Amino acid sequence: MRMRTIELGVGAFILAGFLALMVLMINVSGLSLSSNDEGYKIYARFENIGGLTVRSKVTISGVAVGKVTDISIDPDAIKALVEMEIEPKYDYLTLDSSASILTAGLLGEKYIGITVGADEEMMAEGDEIEDTQSALVLEELIGKFLFNKVSE
Amino acid sequence: MIDQLQALGFTGMNKLAALGRSLIMLFHSICAVPNPRVGIPLLVKQLHFVGVLSLIIIVVSGLFIGMVLSLQGYTILVDYGSEQAVGQMVALSLVRELSPVVAGLLFAGRAGSALTAEIGLMKATEQLSSMEMIGVDPLRRIVAPRFWAGFISLPLLTMIFSVVGVWGALLVGVDWLGIYEGSFWANMQAAVDFRTDVLNGIIKAIVFGFIVTWIAVFQGYDCIPTSEGISQATTKTVVYSSLAILGMDFLLTALMFGDL
Repeated sequence: MRMRTIELGVGAFILAGFLALMVLMINVSGLSLSSNDEGYKIYARFENIGGLTVRSKVTISGVAVGKVTDISIDPDAIKALVEMEIEPKYDYLTLDSSASILTAGLLGEKYIGITVGADEEMMAEGDEIEDTQSALVLEELIGKFLFNKVSE
Repeated sequence: MIDQLQALGFTGMNKLAALGRSLIMLFHSICAVPNPRVGIPLLVKQLHFVGVLSLIIIVVSGLFIGMVLSLQGYTILVDYGSEQAVGQMVALSLVRELSPVVAGLLFAGRAGSALTAEIGLMKATEQLSSMEMIGVDPLRRIVAPRFWAGFISLPLLTMIFSVVGVWGALLVGVDWLGIYEGSFWANMQAAVDFRTDVLNGIIKAIVFGFIVTWIAVFQGYDCIPTSEGISQATTKTVVYSSLAILGMDFLLTALMFGDL
């Protein structure tokens, strides 16, 4: 009888440990078990990406539809080449969509906002957003402001 | 001068011999394949002692550490209007560092010292040598189950510690201080990555569990069989394993997150 309570306790302990692992996986790290279906990748070239990082979110009208998967320099154009992965259910990005790098709040993280255009054709794997707008870099903004003040 | 040099050599050789003995003991107790009919009940009993009975202290300290992190983070971050980042801060610091380290330290104090004292007393009362007399390998019967129990328990305890800590942070931050719950979770989930953060935390816990139980079991097995020797061995267990945890934590962090 004594052994039985010990075994019950140990079983509950191991179960609690694995439940904790599940909570860490799903709630804390936000790993969803169903999102194994890969999204499609699209590209965009930016003059300046500011503080954009891999894993930053990609949004349409503020709703997250994907994430940044890779950032590199395009050696031909000497521009930042951003690779984004869009979830497959958001398949209504038109070819003339535009992408801009936005900031959450005044000093918050950078993310990509996509504005959908009016084209008939939709983006597919490997397509590129032509119309892009760079990140707003605070120093440049202040520099422009000062320059304007001086020239007045 | 010569005497001091000799003393240094003597101490060095003693330490080296102890390290060698502990490696031999580790090797024998890991390689001892027990009869599952005998071994599993022994392991279950040790899991109960080492794991289940440590749950209370782990849960309580995890809760308070999560709560205090949340409170401190809030008072600082609210000045910058970014109190939603509390979730991210608490989860990252718990999962990466605090859970494995604090759970390991508590485990060394709660379970490691008890293991040392138990095995040391068995040695002092010559239970270990009488076991050898009747043909039972004490490494297989006594040391191996305790070793495996510690090795299995600490990662589980660490995960429970993290979850309870996050829950404590949620309690203080969201329910008492009024952080918006949606952004609390969203920031946390955006910042914590399963592979780099959670899995590396678990790897740390596995390493710490290995080190703590190894030190505890060896100190007990190798102690001087007197009451003074047992007390020394117990102290050594707690001191050595705490230092080993903190040192290894820096090393592991540097390897995992530091791009060294």
